[in-house]
Amino acid sequence: MTDIPLAPERSKNFWTAKETVKSWFLTTDHKRIAILYAATLFVFFFIGSAGAAVIRLEMITPGADVVSAEGYNRAFTLHGIIMVWFFLVPLIPTTFGNFLLPLMLGAKDLAFPRMNMASWYIFIFSGLLALTAIWLGGLETGWTFYTPFSAVYADGWVTLSIFAVFVSGFSSILSGINFIVTTHTLRAPGMTWFRMPLFVWSLYATSLVMILATPVLAITLLLIIAERAFGIGVFDPSIGGDPLLFQHLFWFYSHPAVYIMILPAFGVISELVTAGARNRIFGYKFIAFSSLAIAVLGFLVWGHHMFTSGQSMYAGIVFSFLSFLVAVPSAVKAYNWAATLYKGRITLNTPFLYAVGFVGLFVFGGLTGVILAALAVDVHVHDTYFVTAHFHYIMVGAAVTAFLGAVHFWWPKITGKLFNETLGRAAAVLLWIGFNLTFFPQFILGYLGMPRRYNAYDPEFQIWHVLSSAGTPILALGYLLPVFYLGWSWFKGRDAGPNPWRAQGLEWTTSSPPPKHNFLGPVKVTREAYDYPKQDPYKGPLPRTAAQEAEDDRREGKSAEDRR
Amino acid sequence: MIHVLSAAGGGVAFWPEAISQHAEAIDALAISFFALVMALAAPIGFALIWFAWRYRRFSEADRDQPHHGSSWMEWGWMIVPFLLTLVFFVWSGVLYRDLHRPPADAREVYGVGLQWMWKFEHPGGQREINTLTVPVGEPVRVILTSQDVIHSLYLPQLRIKQDVLPGQTTSLWFEADTPGIYDLWCAEFCGVSHSRMKGELVVLSEADYEAWLDKFDEGPALAETGARLYRDLGCSGCHGVEAAVRAPDLAQLYRRPVPLKSGETVIADERYLTDSILMPQSQIVAGYEPVMPSFEGVVDESELVALVAFIKSMASLEDMRTQEPAVDGLLDAGPPEREDDQ
Repeated sequence: MTDIPLAPERSKNFWTAKETVKSWFLTTDHKRIAILYAATLFVFFFIGSAGAAVIRLEMITPGADVVSAEGYNRAFTLHGIIMVWFFLVPLIPTTFGNFLLPLMLGAKDLAFPRMNMASWYIFIFSGLLALTAIWLGGLETGWTFYTPFSAVYADGWVTLSIFAVFVSGFSSILSGINFIVTTHTLRAPGMTWFRMPLFVWSLYATSLVMILATPVLAITLLLIIAERAFGIGVFDPSIGGDPLLFQHLFWFYSHPAVYIMILPAFGVISELVTAGARNRIFGYKFIAFSSLAIAVLGFLVWGHHMFTSGQSMYAGIVFSFLSFLVAVPSAVKAYNWAATLYKGRITLNTPFLYAVGFVGLFVFGGLTGVILAALAVDVHVHDTYFVTAHFHYIMVGAAVTAFLGAVHFWWPKITGKLFNETLGRAAAVLLWIGFNLTFFPQFILGYLGMPRRYNAYDPEFQIWHVLSSAGTPILALGYLLPVFYLGWSWFKGRDAGPNPWRAQGLEWTTSSPPPKHNFLGPVKVTREAYDYPKQDPYKGPLPRTAAQEAEDDRREGKSAEDRR
Repeated sequence: MIHVLSAAGGGVAFWPEAISQHAEAIDALAISFFALVMALAAPIGFALIWFAWRYRRFSEADRDQPHHGSSWMEWGWMIVPFLLTLVFFVWSGVLYRDLHRPPADAREVYGVGLQWMWKFEHPGGQREINTLTVPVGEPVRVILTSQDVIHSLYLPQLRIKQDVLPGQTTSLWFEADTPGIYDLWCAEFCGVSHSRMKGELVVLSEADYEAWLDKFDEGPALAETGARLYRDLGCSGCHGVEAAVRAPDLAQLYRRPVPLKSGETVIADERYLTDSILMPQSQIVAGYEPVMPSFEGVVDESELVALVAFIKSMASLEDMRTQEPAVDGLLDAGPPEREDDQ
């Protein structure tokens, strides 16, 4: 490790290896494709957030005053479609999955680099289709496209939007195939399955879901298009269809889709917790297999979205039981992360704060999910803000917090620069407070009975809506603050060196940013994952964060006292 | 309107009023389940805080740790919480089953959802829009269908909702125990005016309810309307006793088992009757020819409701009560052969 130069030659850094526009848009380098995806998702996040802003503004008062009912419906549909399919589903796999998988396995690239590039172009194409539909006026079906409303009654650009989502699925499938084949074939010598970082396991499980679930969504969406465009009776009862069939098919994809969002987040947290606690993960195999268990069980619980739909009572009971069961592998992870801190050497640095925040939000989101799986309770709170709050805790509170934790953890690796640790911690705390203030009141609203997708409501609900809306500026600050200090570090930050966190993992053994082909020499793995040394930080290499080192350097002479 | 629980909320709506035994049971279930899951989460929070302090970077705590995992702990925190939560799976499952088993003597009201209003029709012919008037202390079953998209009838103070589907019949039942005016909302997004598709659930005392029923004198009883349609549409031409075409006899049909040509047997509930009027080819009665035309588009939802009410009126109530097992079968899950396509 000592022979790695602090700042590698320009030609060896993947950012600067070639600096033409063409070299970016025709790249097959998994790291550059990850950057392209990240930039794209950044844009979609702001578009989706605009929809959320309209919703929370409108909800401040009981009446319909900010936008019309139609405008409100179009806003939440935009928010849902963009955030689910063009932000959350691709979020971690296409950015950190692409960037890290070859680095973590000791490979030069993914198994199919050109297919990887193709997946980005497909994603861009589908994203542009969706934006076109929105630009032309949008639609008001909600992201769930329930029939026969979407197939017959809804105005707006339904067919175009559905086609956009249909196309985006191919991007998911290609990424999934690429990750699975890479994991099977491109592991470095000595990188056995049980030496792989848990992020790789979670990505593998995610890829299985992507490949197996996405085609069902594609079929379902094509059937709606067939019904809308050609009047073929599939879901519309007036021409011989069955509206519940759509819900079964839709949730057969869309429930596993939640696991596409959260499984890679689990993987990120396993990396962050071990690096923050400087300890080997507790129960490696249990965590690894729990990802696979979630991927499998996740396919068997779709009917818990339909307890009030009119499906048979016995189906409801079976789906409820399976939903209780799927909570088990999720709980395994949370208990193991907590146990990993035992006898660790813990620093509350930025990534670790995000990880701890994640565990809190995920546990609360998961447990309210188990409450929703209880049949008779769900009959009351189904289609209310209780459900809205629950899935935002998982899909935003947990998944996006994990993503931001990952951004901070691997930022020095990706850019080669250090960010301001104080601002980083502040952003992590702001995000957590803002998120809880925004979404916790929605649990109360939901139990009170406030239905989802209402643009006007009874005045008694107002206090909770005002609290919820008041949380959003804090939440927004939690999202925006990193844009500024990370952006600043990009230009002015100190060089990070190859391993500022003193973390384990192959990606930390190469230079920052990594060279075009990831590693300058051959890679050989001889140790288990997360094999952190136990020694006292005053002896041997210091397990300090780079930011703290920088701080120590600046205040030379005082450092010994500061450390105590 | 939220009925503020003043003790807990002190003026701020914090907990919705509960006006049935079922609603109180749901509250008890939800609160105790929440307590359990918090108890299961507590060790995680405790461990995070305690370990983060005990094993902070510069603490001198002992860090000798030969094992990074423990099978008995792993299986322990998988199995014990699961078994504890299963208590709530069973409890909520029993309540859910009860929701699907209305008492045989429940009062029946027909509801139709359409963009964007609720129509209710009582067996005596009383019609209401966006108001559902029911007596206190008596089980009431609302039989629902939709004229256009999927809606969902939500009665938050009763803690129940049921999706309302076009072309299919669903139902919910309740027994309110406190007179008053409560919320009635649409919970399934149904278009532009979804948030205005709401009304009132009016729970009246027995005397007030009888007075309210008597106030209506304009319309004929629902079954009478159905009887007129039955003649006008020509149903009696085939299904009547002296009809030229041989068709199944509909008297005493309701809630009886019907043997089908396919070899299966279904219970003639509202859903079966509705399906047979709209899609007569889907379930052919054994021993009959599939000659009946579809009345899809010929009758609207309220006419359909009247026809079904008339067919039901031909089965006497006394007979129904002797049909308990059949009633159970129907209310549990609907006709068995529709299981797989739902």
